[in-house]
Formats: sequence, C-alpha cells, structure tokens
Amino acid sequence: MAYTGVDFYHMDGLLSEEERAVRDTVRAWVDEHLMPIIGECYIEGRFPKQIIPGLAELGVLGANLPEEYGCAGLNNVAYGLIMQELERGDSGIRSFASVQGALVMYPIYSMGSDEQKQHWLPRLAQGKEIGCFGLTEPDFGSNPSGMITTAKETKDGWVLNGVKMWITNGSQATVAIIWAKTGAVDDPKSIRGFIVPTATKGYTAKDQKGKLSLRASDTSEIHLEDVRLPKDAILPKSGGIKSPLSCLTQARYGISWGAIGAAMACYDEALQYARQRIMFGKPIGATQIQQVRLADMLAEITKAQLLCHQLGRLKDAGTMTPQQVSLAKRNNVSMACDIAREARRLLGANGILAEYHSMRHMANLESVYTYEGTHDMHSLILGQEVTGHAAF
Amino acid sequence: MKIAVCLKRVPDTEMRFAVAPDGKSLDASGLKFDISDFDGYAVEVALRLNEQHGPGEVVAVALGPDALQETLRKALSMGVDRGVHLKADPVPFDGLSIAHALAAELKDQGFDLILFGRVATDTGNGTVGPMTAALLGLPCVTAISKLDLSGGQGTAQRELEGATETVTFPLPAVLTIDEGIARPRLPSLKGIMAAKKKPVESKSAALGTVQLTVDKLELPPERTGGRIVGEGPDAVPELVRLLHDEAKVL
Amino acid sequence: MADCFAFAEFRAGAPRKVAFETVSAARKAADATGGGTVTALCIGGAGIAARAGELGRYGADRVLVVEHPDLARYSPEVFAATAAARLKTGACRAGFFSASAEGRDLAPRVAAALNVGLASDVTSFEVTPEALIARHPVYVGKAIATLRLTGTPALVSLRPGAVTAVEQARSAQVESARPALDPAAAQVKVTDLVQRAATRMDLGEAPVVVSGGRGLKAAENFKLVEDLAAAFGNAAVGATRAVTDDGWRPSSDQIGQTGRLVSPALYVAVGISGAIQHLAGMRTAKVIVAINRDKDAPIFKLADYGIVGDLFEVVPRLTEAIKRIRSEQ
Repeated sequence: MAYTGVDFYHMDGLLSEEERAVRDTVRAWVDEHLMPIIGECYIEGRFPKQIIPGLAELGVLGANLPEEYGCAGLNNVAYGLIMQELERGDSGIRSFASVQGALVMYPIYSMGSDEQKQHWLPRLAQGKEIGCFGLTEPDFGSNPSGMITTAKETKDGWVLNGVKMWITNGSQATVAIIWAKTGAVDDPKSIRGFIVPTATKGYTAKDQKGKLSLRASDTSEIHLEDVRLPKDAILPKSGGIKSPLSCLTQARYGISWGAIGAAMACYDEALQYARQRIMFGKPIGATQIQQVRLADMLAEITKAQLLCHQLGRLKDAGTMTPQQVSLAKRNNVSMACDIAREARRLLGANGILAEYHSMRHMANLESVYTYEGTHDMHSLILGQEVTGHAAF
Repeated sequence: MKIAVCLKRVPDTEMRFAVAPDGKSLDASGLKFDISDFDGYAVEVALRLNEQHGPGEVVAVALGPDALQETLRKALSMGVDRGVHLKADPVPFDGLSIAHALAAELKDQGFDLILFGRVATDTGNGTVGPMTAALLGLPCVTAISKLDLSGGQGTAQRELEGATETVTFPLPAVLTIDEGIARPRLPSLKGIMAAKKKPVESKSAALGTVQLTVDKLELPPERTGGRIVGEGPDAVPELVRLLHDEAKVL
Repeated sequence: MADCFAFAEFRAGAPRKVAFETVSAARKAADATGGGTVTALCIGGAGIAARAGELGRYGADRVLVVEHPDLARYSPEVFAATAAARLKTGACRAGFFSASAEGRDLAPRVAAALNVGLASDVTSFEVTPEALIARHPVYVGKAIATLRLTGTPALVSLRPGAVTAVEQARSAQVESARPALDPAAAQVKVTDLVQRAATRMDLGEAPVVVSGGRGLKAAENFKLVEDLAAAFGNAAVGATRAVTDDGWRPSSDQIGQTGRLVSPALYVAVGISGAIQHLAGMRTAKVIVAINRDKDAPIFKLADYGIVGDLFEVVPRLTEAIKRIRSEQ
C-alpha cells in the first residue's frame, strides 16, 4: 500500500493548507525519485547526485529563507515537514538538504554582506553551487571551541590552515563555510566564518571510506594548506563560537523533524508487514509481542510530532531557544533509533535485507544520534539550562 | 492561448473505504481527496501548451463543495493562473446536470481550448466532457493520447481497441485527455506559496435537471482467493486440471 | 410495449462483436416491457448494408443503414446527430450503445443532444415502468453503484463483454437511411486509422488475458507471456503500469486504474505483485490465476489459483500443458 504517513492524533488538522500541500508534495517527490534508488545507493555507498537538480527545482534548498534570494520563503513548520519527508526517504538525503540550507545558506544569510547574499544564495537555492560546513576537526568534535584551524590576516586577505573532518558534502561541494580562529589558538572569541570556493588552491577533500552508516551521503575530510582568500571572503557579522552554533541550532531543528520521518517510515513498514506476514496460521500482527512493539512505536511518534509542531510554532514566533531544540533533537533521534531497531526485529529475517528500509534507517540514525550534538551533549545542555551548572 | 481545464475533486482510490450509512455514498471519514488522475493530465497538457506556444492563461474550473478549494489550489500551485469554484453539494452523479453548469460558466469566455480528463476516477462515467462540448456547440475530441496544435487547427491521436485513430479539428475545441500524453508535474514549493495569492472565484452552480441518480452503493463480494495450488512447475498439471474441471474456463 | 434502439458499431465494413451485444440488450429491454420493436442503426462506408441483416440474428426487427463514402471512418458529429434524430423520431423507451472506445465518445453526445441522462459503462440492467435500473462499477471497480435513469429515452452504454450477445433471430427489415448531418460539414475529421498488430486480440474482447509485470525482468522475456497467450488461442496480452512506464510494452496494453479495465473469463498474472492500481483493472475477471515467486505477493490474496515459483520455469510448462489441452479440444 502507498505510504500515507502516520497521524494518530490528527495533527493534519493543526496544519495550514500550504503546510499540508508542502508535505504532500515532498512526500510524492520522495516516492517517485528517491525510494526507487535509495537501497542501491546505500549499498554502493554513494550519494545520488542526480537528484540535486530535482531537489533544487522542488525548492527544498534553504526553503525557509526569503523569496528575495530565490528561496521558497516557507515558514518553519513547513520547513520541518520537508525535512521529515526527506528523512523518511533517507537520513543521508536529509543531511544534504540540512547542510545546504541550514549550515551554508543560513550563515551567509544571517552573517554575510549584501554582496555575499546576492551572489551565493540564489545559486545555492538552485543547486548550482553545493556547500559544506567546516567546523568539526579530528580532535574537536563535541568541543568545537577548541578548534585549531587558523585564519591569518595578510595584506591581501586571509590564509587558512587546518583540517576538518566528518564534513557532509565535503567532496562534492563547490563552496565551503570554514570556521577558523583569526587570533590565538586558545581564543574562541576569534572564531570567524569564511566563504571558501573549494577550487581554491590548497583546499583538498577526501572521501571518508568504510562507513557503515549514512552510506548514501558524502562524508569527507578537508585539508586546508595555505588557502589564500580575498578580504571579502570573511562573513562580516560572524564572531565567536555562537556563530557556528547558531547554524547548528537551525540544522538541529530540521533534524528533530527528520528523525520523526525515519521513525514513521519504519513504523509503517513494520505495521504493513505485521498485517501480512502469516505465522502459526495468523498474521504476526495478531500476536501480543508485536502489538506491544507497534503500540510503543505509535506512542513515541505521536509524542514527537506534537513536540515538533509546538517547536515550529515557537520558531515562527521568534521565541525558540537552542535548549528547546536540544530537547527535541535528543528525544526524537533517540526514539527513532529505538523504533528502527524494533521494526527491524519485527521484520525477522527479511529485516536484514536492503529491500526493506528499517535496517538502513537503523544504521543511519546512529550517525544522527552522534552528529549535530551527540545525545549526551544535549543532555548536558539541558542539564546546564535547568541546574545552572555546566557539567561538560 | 486561453485554456480552461475542468477538474474534479475525487477520493484517493488507493485508500480502503466503506459505504456510508445512507447506503448510497462513501463513508467520508479517513478519505483523502485529490485531483482526479486524468484531470491532472489535462492540467499538465494545458500548462505545457502555454509553455510551448507563448504566454496565455490557464483557468481551472471545478464543481463541488467548499472543500474543493484545496483541490483548486493544487492546480494553482502547478502553475494554473486562476480558479473558478462552482458551488454544489452534493455533486450530482448525472454528468448532464454538471455539463449544464459548466457550459453556462464557460460560454462566451473566448477559450481556445477547454480540457477535461477522459473519465473521473470516482464515477467512472466519462460523460461530462463531450456533453459540455455538445451544449456549447463546440467541436470535441475525446480520449486523446497525443496532441499537436498549429495555426488554429489541432491534430490528435486516439487509441481504439487494436487501432490508433488520427483526428483533425479546428479551434476553439473541447478535448478530453487520456493517459500517456503527459505526466503531471509536482508543484514546486514556490508554486505552493504563489498559489495562495492567485484568485479563486466562487459562485453557485447552475446545475441542469438530474435524471441519473444512485439508488445504492455496494462493495463487491469479497473474492475468496488465496488458494495456492502448489510450488514450481510441478504444480502446473494440477492447475490445468482445476481450470478445466472446477473453474471450467478451458 | 416499448420500442428500443441499439447503435450497432461497425468497423472496416463489418459489425463488431459489441454491435451484437447492444442489439441483444435492446431486444431484452423491449421484451421486458411487453415486446416492442428493436431498431438498430449502423453507419459506415459503402457496402455495410450487406452485413446489416446479421443484426436480425440478435433480435433486431429493423435495421437502419446509413452508407456514405465519407463515413467509412467514425465521424462524431454525424454519428451523434443521426443517432439522436432516430431516437427522437422513434419514440424509444431505451437506447443502447456500447462503451467501446467509439461508443464512449458517441453516447454522451447523443444524450446531450436529447437532453436525457446516460448510464455509462453498465454491467447489467433492468427496465421497470418507472425507470431503467443499471449497475455500474465505480471507484475504479472498488464498488458497484445501482443507478436509476428517469426520462425517455433512457440511454445506456454497455461495458463490452458484460452483456452477452444472445441469438434470437428475427427477420430484420433493412432500410437505407441518410445521415442527419452532411459529412462534409463535420468539423472533427478522422484522417487515419492504423490497425495495430492484427494477430493480437483486443484486451476488451478476449475471453482470456495473460499479463506480465516486473517479475519478467526484461522486455525480451515478454515472449513467455506471448507464447502462453498464443497457446490459449483466444487470449490477449496485457501489462502492468511498471512495465509500460519502462517502455517494455505500449501504454495501450496497460491494465489498471488509469489504463484498461478488463473482465475476461480468465486472467493470468505472470510476475505481477498485485499493486492496488493494477488490481483495479482486472479484479472483475471471473477466474484469476497468479504465478509469482514471492508467496507474500498481494496478488495471491485475490487470485483464485496461484502457483508460487519461478515463472521462467512455470510458464513454459503451463504453455505446453495448454497447447496439449487445446489440441485435444
């Protein structure tokens, strides 16, 4: 049966007509263009680059940025629904859209000059330029403030040196937003953002091989060796660790919705299977153990949907806090990991095959659990928020 | 070109459904609605014609309850310029009654083409298009699978049983669209946003007398299927025996 | 006593099977109302009069023949005007058309011209004093509607094959008639008619349909399906949307929600999983056989008989078995 989502508490009634239309359109696009190829791409370990023009034409790149920059100008609930439907397809595809929109277009939009915005945003929205976000380093993951990539000022501009790791879109990007310290290596206040065309001499990217998760995604190491940039490569309004963190808040918001999409996909697959699979003369959906699994999944999905809906309305009202996003990202990704695993188990032996989706989601979600602030980091963000003590 | 596309809001036939307590209609709970499949092809044809032949206007006309405004918005988000909602609740089963209302609306508006889907996926009647054409006194070609226009004339292909027919006709004309001619585009998200600002006019429908009604709606008797005769080629003799002796179809 | 009308479809100078169906239906309707005159109308090119008498075998009392060189091919305006004129002057209780490709085009035009209702694609009907009651599949065959047609004449188009042509011979009086509209005045002109592979039976007429789906893996493998159809001798070949979308088969072969809806006596589904939109096109077949290697394929729930196995082994065996049975018949 065709995928029709999960809506036990009639959340559709809380959405506007446009929000529903956006959700339905992206769902139909994923059905037509992504579902037929994703299993194969995942096994082969490649990102399906050929869908980029289609994604761009659909308007999902930077969808919540204003129309004047060639973007769709959607509200944040609609943006969240886009991420939900993309991740129902695959976390790697949603990661592509998160990076392009929240981690590349957003910093240019919020911290860039008018010239930078006019030049880069329309091109990124059209998929003519592909971006990546260089924050994480081999020794600085959960603690990005400690980064050692430097940007030294010269008479003509800047020269960047350093290594970034775990960079989504790193190898296929035409432009990178690189975060580097312009001052001393122990001075996080000197962190600034730079727009780095990847063809610039000294920028090399290397695919990180051997992944067992997010296989349909480009994950790369980036080496910056005396990368010389003009003065206007800097994002003028960037400054301090809060700059890249503000981008991460945007991305984490989208991920909170995305995880629900993956969970919904796994639940739907498990439910259809439970109805059809006969064992001991009846469908396995008629047995108590599988019913408990399904009931648990449905409850977690429903809770997460309500969580994100309110989060989206807060974001549209301008009052959303990063800690509120931490709660959602932490909860939703964790529950999605559990749902994917339980769905895999319900599917029995069939559940290990790539023609079923749950195990792929299960593997992907381990990366989603770890990136954009690990589950544990978000625990501490919330802990600090409510107790006042930083326990990092 | 100025093109009108008449479309219908129908239940998504992929859903499970049940008959309503009145025994004559579907139980609306749990139903999702969308543009009827063939009407979607007609919208796509209209949009492509204007992309090919230069700027023009595409108007979507739909008859039905207020809820169909969402269906009209979908057409607008695909690129249709404006919508006309002829209010009618319920929608009569009688295609001629609907055709009267459409003809009254479309008359004298200078449309070069009026497009319909070949058949609505709810009623399965396939009558409103040619009936509307007859009431408007316009040439009509139904079930077209290929279309070319040039210089005020059109050439179309129609699939018959075992044959393909080529037909020529002058404009203005009414055409009903079959499958195979164009896959409907998905609306872009910008299209969805732009649709909010496009005008939709709402007016009452001047329905004709209803002469065809539904007495009863029933689900077909459940086929008692599910009998696996056997596995592999060795099951063939038993299958053939059953087809001959039991089913008597050989 | 009610007079009834039947439009008898001709093609290439000969009556099609559906012509006998509409005449039989008109005969049934006339007899149900105390016995009236059944008038059949046929329109075509020069020479069709020679075959017109055959309609008497199915119950026509009177056959009006409109022969015109410009009407060898369908002309919607002329056919519609002529049928409407005859229905009007004939004071008929009911008029029957086929829901063939031509009939689906013709019948609505006639209904609009007469300002009467039309029950289209009907699978069965009864005539009562107050109304004509007809059954018609709706929601792509997922439900059946019982319709009530009021007004006179009550117009019906019949799903091909749903109403059996019954021989009940009358000595039909064949009369020559003129078209109600000058063919030269027609604006819509059929300029060409290309028959597709004449060896293939039409999906709507064949008693047996053998269909292939994705399980066949490649376009060339459709030969297995064609061989099985040939073994039956009276079978047409169908396809699922998946394989027509991929170009393995022409889209006119597609059976499904947006393709052909068929009701054969026997439907054999080869390598077809049973997506809902395909089932919509064939679920009304009398007997369904499925061959698929996946025992959980949804088609097995609908099929009367199924074989779980590799179609590349099963189908050739079945073809041999059918050939043998046919040669003994």
